[in-house]
Amino acid sequence: MAEPLITLESLRYEAGERTLIHDVSLRLDAGRRTVVLGPNGAGKSVLMRLMHGLIEPTAGRIVWNGGGARPPQAMVFQRPVMLRRSVLDNVSYALYLAGVPAAERRARAEAVLERVGLSPLAHRPARVLSGGEQQRVALARAWALRPRVLFLDEPTASLDPGASAEVERLIRVIADDGCSIVMVTHHLGQARRLADDIVFVDAGRITEHTPVADFFAAPRSEQAGHYLRGELSWT
Amino acid sequence: MSTITESFLTAGQLIAEADGKLLSIVGLSLQVSLTAVFLAACLGLPIGAAVAVGRFPGRKPLTVILNGMMGLPPVVIGLLVYLLLSRAGPLGPLGLLFTPTAMVIAQVVLITPIIAALSRQIVADAWRDYEEQLRSLGASTPRAALTLLVDTRFSLSTAVLAGLGRAVAEVGAVMIVGGNIDGVTRVMTTSIALETSKGDLPLALALGFILISIVLILNALAHALREWAARRHG
Repeated sequence: MAEPLITLESLRYEAGERTLIHDVSLRLDAGRRTVVLGPNGAGKSVLMRLMHGLIEPTAGRIVWNGGGARPPQAMVFQRPVMLRRSVLDNVSYALYLAGVPAAERRARAEAVLERVGLSPLAHRPARVLSGGEQQRVALARAWALRPRVLFLDEPTASLDPGASAEVERLIRVIADDGCSIVMVTHHLGQARRLADDIVFVDAGRITEHTPVADFFAAPRSEQAGHYLRGELSWT
Repeated sequence: MSTITESFLTAGQLIAEADGKLLSIVGLSLQVSLTAVFLAACLGLPIGAAVAVGRFPGRKPLTVILNGMMGLPPVVIGLLVYLLLSRAGPLGPLGLLFTPTAMVIAQVVLITPIIAALSRQIVADAWRDYEEQLRSLGASTPRAALTLLVDTRFSLSTAVLAGLGRAVAEVGAVMIVGGNIDGVTRVMTTSIALETSKGDLPLALALGFILISIVLILNALAHALREWAARRHG
């Protein structure tokens, strides 16, 4: 039996009058790459923000590692947020917030930029880089934190195919480094390439949690079936 | 017609000769206003950032009050500071009334809300984009506020310069609390008011030119800084 990474117990999230997440229970195992699929407005991003702790659930609870401490984690957003400073300083800033001693920060930041192939850009102002480069910096910044789990919210949605491929490659490298991945995407090809498991969300509920091959061969839930047929007719 | 032409010529001459009286007035003006802006920025920037980022009760009314205070009439500020510093007032024993320090105090009161309101807007706009990322990285609210102040530094310089422009150009507050004493608390704007009423138009005009030039140069600098920053830092 695999180690549990995160367990959601009857998680509910309400915003004003509306319930965005309806008593969701889910267990993700450590070391897996999970892709969250679902139609727009289904609550995928909200679910991920609840897991990462950016928003507090209205009810229910989140258990890490079967009852342990919250592991180090990071999140990469659709639009990378770069500070008005160099690429290297953007990474160092994240390490500073994570409490990494000053003496180690620079070396760690340089090492991670080296691994993602961004060393030549280390001293460039981060905000003047291209969208693809910025997203790679965002991945490097996340990876520098040595997360046990990395959340990604449509990380390639605003990127061209070449930049998307590079981001996918980095996600795979980070996963192979022993980091669990939880990613929201609308790109089925990407889901198929990257996922071990698919979590399908519809109208604030999880309708299925299936290994990727099974999901694309024969989704178990009616909603996912509709979604796949609808999506595939466009691709 | 000839009076106006003559006045312009004499004004030009005063500036060209770097007239001693003129220089001391300009110097005091800059000294008072720059000191006031420095202090107002030390107060206003953190206040603006705190209101933009903080989550405390009364934040919305505070925003409205700050924005409203941007338009405070300088004479009323002058009057209030006058009451505060006058011999019978609570700060009377300090003996600050009719000193440059009193003028600095009045200008700090005048422009702190301007800097705070403008920087609140700038920081709040940035916070909308940065909030999730900074919180994901584990930034506390004060830390996030500081990061945003640093990250929006080029836009904030505009807010500070707006404060300086307002300080150096206002007349009501410094007139009341400074008293426009020759050689002690006489600044550009109060001199212009006085010399005009006395009929000494050349000196008033010369000071007017200098004042307008200072304001224009400040705005040109702010513009250039923003352009440069946009190219360099995005």
